[in-house]
Amino acid sequence: MLQISRLCKSFDGFAATRDVSLVLEQGERHAIIGPNGAGKTTFFNLITGHLRPDSGTVEFKEQSVAGRPPHEIVKRGIARSFQHSNVYPRMSVAQNVQVGLIARQGQAFNMFIAAAELHRQETGELLELVGLIDAEHTAAGDLAYGKQKQLELAIALAAAPQLLLLDEPTAGMAPAETVKMMQLIGEIVAARGLTLLFTEHDMDVVFSLAQRISVLHHGEIIASGQPQEIRQNKEVQLVYLGKAADAKA
Amino acid sequence: MSRILALLVVGVALLCIPLLGSRYLVDLTTEIIIYALFALSLNVLIGYAGNVSFGHAAYFAIGGYSCAILLTTYQWPLWLSLPAAVGLSAGAALIIGYFCVRLTDIYFAMLTLAFSMLVWSAAFKWYQVTGGDDGFIGVRVPTLLEDRMAFYYFALGVVGLSVAALWRICHSAFGRTLVAVRENPLRTGFVGIDVRKMRLAAFVVAGTFAGIAGALFAMYNRGMYTESAFWTESAQVLIMTLLGGMYSFFGPALGAAVLYLLEVSINQYTEYWPAILGTLLILIVLFLPDGLAGLAQKMRRSRKA
Repeated sequence: MLQISRLCKSFDGFAATRDVSLVLEQGERHAIIGPNGAGKTTFFNLITGHLRPDSGTVEFKEQSVAGRPPHEIVKRGIARSFQHSNVYPRMSVAQNVQVGLIARQGQAFNMFIAAAELHRQETGELLELVGLIDAEHTAAGDLAYGKQKQLELAIALAAAPQLLLLDEPTAGMAPAETVKMMQLIGEIVAARGLTLLFTEHDMDVVFSLAQRISVLHHGEIIASGQPQEIRQNKEVQLVYLGKAADAKA
Repeated sequence: MSRILALLVVGVALLCIPLLGSRYLVDLTTEIIIYALFALSLNVLIGYAGNVSFGHAAYFAIGGYSCAILLTTYQWPLWLSLPAAVGLSAGAALIIGYFCVRLTDIYFAMLTLAFSMLVWSAAFKWYQVTGGDDGFIGVRVPTLLEDRMAFYYFALGVVGLSVAALWRICHSAFGRTLVAVRENPLRTGFVGIDVRKMRLAAFVVAGTFAGIAGALFAMYNRGMYTESAFWTESAQVLIMTLLGGMYSFFGPALGAAVLYLLEVSINQYTEYWPAILGTLLILIVLFLPDGLAGLAQKMRRSRKA
């Protein structure tokens, strides 16, 4: 479904993404892990059109999307969320989702159709799904941080994507929220048959949700495989898991 | 509900004004409704799309000059001149906007200002067509509209229809998406919307309705002068919009009325209007960032609470 080959990106000589190749099969749940500054967000930004790669290819459903603007890439079926919650703070929760639905239906330039009741039902369904239906009239900026991340998920789902990219979906959440969010993502991905690519710091989340894991370090993929293999990989333990274990100990 | 009532009262009052028999009042109200439309058009850009333009007078002037020239120099009938003038404003907004929306924030504002100064220069220097700094004098209007009262109703009808159209646009799927562009352009790109194209569309809508206001102004004034294209005119409509409140649809119309009435009444007592205008602007920015409409909303809320 997604085929990334030899992707490179540097900022002022600093290589943030080096020769990254990755293949995602339809329906796969794939995690990208790595220490802070490993280049996870840059990698996401390259796939979703926020950044233009220096070299390499990104093919989605056999079509090149590298260097295309974000809105085109979303239309092809790739939606994303952001590490730091990125919603419309002064719009209501329902309107946040509605904008996504308007975009998907190609109605953004429709000056005649009234917005008030537009996509009310589907907005409600999405908010129900992520557990925000009670807050539909609240300004998104007034939501607690964890709830904003749930809203982010609803906005991304409004695009009806086939591939969902979640950048640290549980970052900043309380442990109980994290567990709930994890379950929610797992359920949604399964129910909708989505392909999932996500980054995450919380190893519990990663190992419970991912079928495959790639480890990014200094912009390079140093290991890729099933959770069990990654756990046992010496190099990974050294650069990442080992450090985390040290920190915990 | 209270808003519909207020709208109804304003509508009826506007319809009744000529019945009071004061020609001065009719003229004053004509100018106010024209400026109200001008300010509402600018707010599509400022309040909805979140792009501050410093050159909105350009489209008002293009609409005004085109209408004046087509009616007078080319003797076109009104039903052709007016739409053609509005079309020219829209076309100019499309071309100028194409370049402006490539930039954001202060750079966007500066570019709109720069283009408006070009439009002003054209009006100033293209003597044969525009009359240069003497102005374009003696606009020929249809005999029926030579009567001030008749023209008032004509202007009221055009402004009413335009405001209704603007209301529809601002409360449509497009309007909702524009607010999203204002609130978070980055996110809006990632929900699948071409943000630059949205901003261009808003620019054209704003320019089009400014053109209608300008065309009415030229007919009302029976002339068009270079001041209408000057940057001070852009500043004035910007102040009207801010004074009224950019986060409210009708706010800018209120701002236009209040500013206009203030200017007229204060000019009777003192010649220091610009000083008062400056003071007013400071007060708005410091204490009323959401304008008069924002103040009214706050008062309503605190009464409820």
